[in-house]
Amino acid sequence: MPTAYTEKINRTIADADLQLAVYTATGRLQQNRRNVVAPDVLPEYQDLRTQANALKKHTIENLDYYLERVEAAVAHNGGKTVFCRDGDEVADFILNLAKERGAHLIVKSKSMTTEEVHLNDRLEQHHLEAVETDLGEYIIQLAHERPYHIVAPALHMTRYQVADLFEKKLGVGHEVVVEKQTMIARATLREKFLAAGIGITGANFVVAESGAVVVVENEGNARLSSSAPKIHIAIAGIEKLIPRAQDLAVFLKLLGRSATGQPMTVYTSFLSGPRREGEIDGPEEFYLILLDNGRTKLLADRDKRESLYCIRCGACLNTCPVYRKIGGHNYPWVYSGPIGAIITPQFVGVQQDPWLPFTSSLCGACAEVCPVKIDIPRILLELRSEAVEMKTREGSNKWEKLAFRLWSWVMKRPRLYEAASLFASGVAPAVEAGKWVRSLPGFMNVGPVKAWTSVRDLPPQPEQSFRALWRARQGGSR
Amino acid sequence: MPRDQMLHKVQTALGRSAGQPPASAPPVWLRIPEIPVERRIATFREKLEALAAKTAHVRTPREAANYVESVIAGRDAVASNAPYLAECGVTALAGVRTGFTESSALRAACSTTAVGVTSADYALSETGTLVMIASPSEARLISLLPPVHIAVVPLERLLTGLDELFTRVPDPAAITSSMVMITGPSRTADIEQILVRGVHGPGELHVVLVGEG
Repeated sequence: MPTAYTEKINRTIADADLQLAVYTATGRLQQNRRNVVAPDVLPEYQDLRTQANALKKHTIENLDYYLERVEAAVAHNGGKTVFCRDGDEVADFILNLAKERGAHLIVKSKSMTTEEVHLNDRLEQHHLEAVETDLGEYIIQLAHERPYHIVAPALHMTRYQVADLFEKKLGVGHEVVVEKQTMIARATLREKFLAAGIGITGANFVVAESGAVVVVENEGNARLSSSAPKIHIAIAGIEKLIPRAQDLAVFLKLLGRSATGQPMTVYTSFLSGPRREGEIDGPEEFYLILLDNGRTKLLADRDKRESLYCIRCGACLNTCPVYRKIGGHNYPWVYSGPIGAIITPQFVGVQQDPWLPFTSSLCGACAEVCPVKIDIPRILLELRSEAVEMKTREGSNKWEKLAFRLWSWVMKRPRLYEAASLFASGVAPAVEAGKWVRSLPGFMNVGPVKAWTSVRDLPPQPEQSFRALWRARQGGSR
Repeated sequence: MPRDQMLHKVQTALGRSAGQPPASAPPVWLRIPEIPVERRIATFREKLEALAAKTAHVRTPREAANYVESVIAGRDAVASNAPYLAECGVTALAGVRTGFTESSALRAACSTTAVGVTSADYALSETGTLVMIASPSEARLISLLPPVHIAVVPLERLLTGLDELFTRVPDPAAITSSMVMITGPSRTADIEQILVRGVHGPGELHVVLVGEG
């Protein structure tokens, strides 16, 4: 791992306030999820996951068909589909449209896809005002930061930091009461909603047969962004497609529960095109931007294609021991946590950050909570082997290589292995049951061994080894 | 053209040819439980009240209008064009404006009024959800801009849950440009995970179920 990253991570780990904030928030989100997927509360939970996985697999494997299908359906509804290969094409399209319609102010509701292509910066460079309206996103936009978490973008900030920020950027008094801070944001943003010429939303799902986007949220800002301005632009990665509206009965039961522990979020909008004849309000124009930005590269890879099933619930972040320690800003791209560790290298190239697939203990917790059953640990392993094959880590750790060669030599020789484990239990420091061995005895704790163990703890040696137990058991049954 | 290039890239990646029909999709998975109406009412109210919404169950349309009047409490209100509201006498209450057919007038009224009154096309008992389908009868902004939202819903429209909704309305796009499901008052927990209601949408939600259970 590059030193700059190590240093940044060490700073995060040393920041007690940040550690507490991340640990508490993710812990609460984890518990909320667990409460609503428990077998007595949602007996069909596992069946829903299986069904969701099958639907995503089917859509991804027939994606060209569904892309054409959604394009036709959007046109039927009176909207237009725009295919964009990258952020430049997205920005060009929006800038041109804004220019043609004379729009200067854009309201935006939370969208990771737009974060991916740095849409706000691109629009601001052309003197368009693009305002984030989700409270968390609004805060981090004012702070010029990127989202800390897929679902809770400002999870790392305290109300005091928000007070400083609002005072500095909005010229309001130093307000530390969260309710009042929220009302300041409401009043400021309400004016923006009513004045904006264009509203941009993301899409949690794009329904192919309906030509519709589905947006889930709690605040109402996505509803306002898609209802108040004359133009609604929805932007989604091409992998967000699902075949039918009826499939939402499966996905909606999983998304809110996995993300925040809500059986239904406050608002779920099913939006299919501009206002129709007779309808009283709603946008006059509707555009669906479907973004590639590296996704088609991934499609060709049969073994890792399932990375595209992700519905961005963030459950894997909340459960990940690595994310919970290093937080969201130590990952190199907008997507953090286990899902970030697998999609970042695939979207932007393994060469870019070859260490990323190694930021995992492979404990498997992420796969267990994934609502669409993405086998994240398996994909991490495949990416690791790719990284190693590309020799990107060559020479970086000869000692580790040597140690593993020695390890495999010993493992293949049972008597030697047994002797080695006897030796290990002889020198291992005595610790109480349930505690961890944090360092090795002094004479061994040197050089590469010390470096290796400085970030790794071992469970205490059991009283009897498995081999000894097995022998005793064999002897007893004879 | 980016479009053709993208489709071509996707086809090549998947090993499919242009115009090739898709494999058959997994069957639709909808299961509707049998739940007596009394239970549906109780669950609906319990779920919504857990989210700090207020609920009432009244027998007659007249009682519904009385309830709405007590919530409005002399303030300004905008009511949707839902025929059911007129039937209940809600649109005739003092201070209630209704009959908007034009976008900018409706928007101006909704941005200043205290209370928005609507009906709902369906309600989902399982989650305490209102289903609002945009039409000449129901606008989008009445349940969104005012700080208080009251929905008056006849009992016949109370369904079990999402599966029943998507059985009745297999494809919302066939009938509307917008179907919104509302589950409780607008809320956020973006600052220190502290729950605050009414961030962008209504912070106060009242649902009145009307009819003999």
